[in-house]
Amino acid sequence: MHALANPARFLRIARPASSWLLAIGLALALGGMAAGLLLTPPDYLQGETVRILYIHVPSAWLGMAGWAGIAAASVSQLVWRHPLAAVAGRAIAPAGATFAALCLVTGSIWGRPTWGTWWEWDGRLTSMLMLFFLYLGYIALGSAERERGGEGRVTAIFGLVGAINLPIIHYSVLWWRTLHQGQSIGVTGSSIDNALLWPLPLTMFGFTCLFAAAVLMRMRAALAEAKIEARQRRMTQP
Amino acid sequence: MNPWPFVIAAYAVTVGTTGALLMWALATMRRAEAAAEALKRR
Repeated sequence: MHALANPARFLRIARPASSWLLAIGLALALGGMAAGLLLTPPDYLQGETVRILYIHVPSAWLGMAGWAGIAAASVSQLVWRHPLAAVAGRAIAPAGATFAALCLVTGSIWGRPTWGTWWEWDGRLTSMLMLFFLYLGYIALGSAERERGGEGRVTAIFGLVGAINLPIIHYSVLWWRTLHQGQSIGVTGSSIDNALLWPLPLTMFGFTCLFAAAVLMRMRAALAEAKIEARQRRMTQP
Repeated sequence: MNPWPFVIAAYAVTVGTTGALLMWALATMRRAEAAAEALKRR
């Protein structure tokens, strides 16, 4: 982690990594989605709508993983004063917000034919909506603090406090059993048949690579903008 | 209820939004890096 504290060293790794992640992510995500749409059988209960699984689950995972990344970056900034931590947090937020929104939208579209409703104030749905609002708050706070020339410490504290929502989302289906189904995929196995499950790792890994590519590209943009600001400051000095 | 309009809508939203996120990240990165390079050459 500290080896990447030097922005020049980070950029030497980030430049090829962003291209590779983009290429691998596109291949896996598109391949997984095509397999999920065309090659898997319909579910005996949900029928064809089960195919939304291959995009909804990666969106949920990335919405939550994004905030875990923000929390890790916040710790790194507040404890070790890692020079790239604030940049990483700011880069993760738009990608995390996008996938949290996708999770809500695809879930709502899945809910209409399955549950008969677009939205329910269910524990899982509501806590995921909270996560989306937390992302918006983080982005707004980060922009405001940056405009005032702050170091982003308040934003980092917000990122850390917001992580309380992650276990609430995870355990919501156990604490409040309402419409959303319980956990069907765990570390030790899955209750979903392999005939339906196999494209899911492809889309999970593919969308994760695309998320990482977007974050690296945002970080590269932020570092270039910081370089421009620093140079312009030097040029205006007498 | 025909399920396919729901499936197609979910996939279209996901592909479109992810594509837009990637295009935005790529465009802002290219613009910023080109501006930094131009300023360096000045």
